[in-house]
Amino acid sequence: MSTATTPTAYNYKVVRQFAVMTVVWGIVGMAMGVFIASQLVWPELNFGLPWTTFGRLRPLHTNAVIFAFGGCALFATSYYVVQRTTQARLVSDGLAAFTFWGWQAVIVLAAITLPMGLTSTKEYAELEWPIDILIAVVWVSYALVFFGTIMKRKMKHIYVGNWFFGGFIITVAVLHIVNSMAMPVTLTKSYSMYSGATDAMVQWWYGHNAVGFFLTAGFLGMMYYFVPKQAERPIYSYRLSIVHFWALIAIYIWAGPHHLHYTALPDWAQSLGMVMSLILLAPSWGGMINGMMTLSGAWHKLRTDPILRFLVVALAFYGMSTFEGPMMAIKTVNALSHYTDWTIGHVHAGALGWVAMISIGSLYHLIPKVFGREAMYSTPLINAHFWLATIGTVLYIVAMWVNGITQGLMWRAVNVDGTPTYSFVEALEASHPGFIVRAIGGAFFLLGMLLMAYNVWRTVRHSKAAQLEAAAQTA
Amino acid sequence: MTNFWSGYIVVLTLTCLGLILWLLLATRKGQRKEQTEETLGHSFDGIEEFDNPLPRWWFVLFIATMVFSAIYLFLFPGLGKWPGYLNWTQVGQYEAEVAKAEEAFAPIFAKYSAMPVEEVAKDPEAVAIGQRLFATNCSVCHGSDARGAFGFPNLTDNDWLYGGDPETIKTTLRAGRQAAMPAWLAVIGEDGVRNVSGYVRSLSGLETENVDLAAGQTTYTNTCAVCHGPDGKGNQQLGAPNLTDDIWLYGSSFLQVQQTVRYGRNGHMPTQAHLGEDKIHMLASYVYSLSHKDEQ
Repeated sequence: MSTATTPTAYNYKVVRQFAVMTVVWGIVGMAMGVFIASQLVWPELNFGLPWTTFGRLRPLHTNAVIFAFGGCALFATSYYVVQRTTQARLVSDGLAAFTFWGWQAVIVLAAITLPMGLTSTKEYAELEWPIDILIAVVWVSYALVFFGTIMKRKMKHIYVGNWFFGGFIITVAVLHIVNSMAMPVTLTKSYSMYSGATDAMVQWWYGHNAVGFFLTAGFLGMMYYFVPKQAERPIYSYRLSIVHFWALIAIYIWAGPHHLHYTALPDWAQSLGMVMSLILLAPSWGGMINGMMTLSGAWHKLRTDPILRFLVVALAFYGMSTFEGPMMAIKTVNALSHYTDWTIGHVHAGALGWVAMISIGSLYHLIPKVFGREAMYSTPLINAHFWLATIGTVLYIVAMWVNGITQGLMWRAVNVDGTPTYSFVEALEASHPGFIVRAIGGAFFLLGMLLMAYNVWRTVRHSKAAQLEAAAQTA
Repeated sequence: MTNFWSGYIVVLTLTCLGLILWLLLATRKGQRKEQTEETLGHSFDGIEEFDNPLPRWWFVLFIATMVFSAIYLFLFPGLGKWPGYLNWTQVGQYEAEVAKAEEAFAPIFAKYSAMPVEEVAKDPEAVAIGQRLFATNCSVCHGSDARGAFGFPNLTDNDWLYGGDPETIKTTLRAGRQAAMPAWLAVIGEDGVRNVSGYVRSLSGLETENVDLAAGQTTYTNTCAVCHGPDGKGNQQLGAPNLTDDIWLYGSSFLQVQQTVRYGRNGHMPTQAHLGEDKIHMLASYVYSLSHKDEQ
């Protein structure tokens, strides 16, 4: 592929690279998810080998989906959006290329070390310290490219989508560096700098803000560009953007303690985590309202445009899971939902329904543009993908609701003599049908991604260098 | 918590919430009353932004969550050292719930605690309670049918490592057990391991090819008999198993027995003292009932 180097052209090469890898890692991460979901149905699939056990493959699934699939989607879209909304080329092609190859190296290292059992044991931050350092270097480079490009912008204002991308990039750097502080013992082993309840608090301050900034703020940045673009309508309310952006980033950072209700964490920290999680409802919904209302006057387009459907359904799932989240953060609800499959369902309402769907919709918009094509190869295939993804998500989260509430109620049920009515194994047995439905839902979602891969391949395979160059022109 | 950190938490929390409230009200101030098609005049890659007002229901929702939070932080601990108007703590809640449960359920257990284990084991209602306690606390190792697993004794066969009378079962539950079969490879060598394993198998009537049973018996007498007894019948004082009854905790195959002799075994039964004396009595009765079914 040629790289247009004229100052009047955007750097689309790095966008193309990240966009293609989003699809590749999406398939890898989701296939891993379907596999471990199947292990919960048929434990024989652990194969009795250490490298293929659930305990090692589960972090591989979460890392692949969040940081490989989600990360590549965020890199691709943020590099695309920041260039188009500032009318400036990325500030450095070299540094942008470094973020691509550096990020791919992180992913490959994760795929090697996690099945080997090398882990820091911190959820969503399992990678050992040398990889953590590489992540930090890549991330700081990302910040330099992004904010350097913002500084080159041709207009006074900064577009709201870029506020969210910017907030996400800065905060993730802080979260990653603080939570990963550790004392190395060998190249593959380290001990966290924190201990006890402090360690737990730092971990979930990181963990919940990985959700809040990586999986929410970043993808809201995506939403703020691709929804108005695809709907060809102005953003509903600039005032709403202002309030919900600042409120979201100010409040999210407090919400971590709701992962530690009724633990050794002091009561005051639990209470603050709970009330801040509740206050987060309105700022979260601000984004959903601004996205949904942007469609007013363009609802009829949903009939013919499956890309817009992806974006709208993503917003609907976003609204649903950001309602569910504050509810689950309330102590009395949490006492039932904590440690059950309900939590897994909640995460996937966000991960499949919101993160994956908004990314998929955005990529279907972006890929033809950066490859110099008129449109995606097949709209019916996008439509089929949309239905597979939607049905898969619904199957997944409904199965986990049923399982979660079943488990919570069975665990707390007591006989007249005060003994638990059910043993743990009985609750596990009762969960088996839900595990099957969950695996089927995941398989639906994965099948959709395979259709996407085919569709993308047919779209881009005949792209000529001249078309790529023409597509990247700024004017 | 020191006054400084308490103040730090209070100031940080209230400042954050205060700024959010100010942001909300300040942005709302001077907004249009009605929906509009007017934009702010910026355009980013063709995207414009309407100057629409904040949705009223959304504004009310936002305020409502903040009012709820203010009330909550008044009633419950949250603002630094402020214990909350209700003086609630999670430890207090736990203790209150446990006390309530004790009050409701203690009489049921107390009734059976006053009866000897042998009698409780014949009471169907007590056995049902014991089975539920067993399912929650013991079945992870001993299996939900109490028939044990590799390394975990079968509790239904009336074969006892430490003794099966009621008091001994209760002692096992109270204090746990730590088995200590030493590793013999360094003492008796590879040939010794082979021969004595063959000999031990022969005590249960199992035949092994290519072992010197006479040499095995000599090794047994010199090294094993001190715990397992000269006739191999074991010693419950030490938890040394009977080797003549063809019951095998770690397997009966020649390879498995050699493994046991070569590297030793360290079975561990954890203490259940946290359950309290009444529940230990109930569990002991249930375990006792498992091997005395014919007496019920």
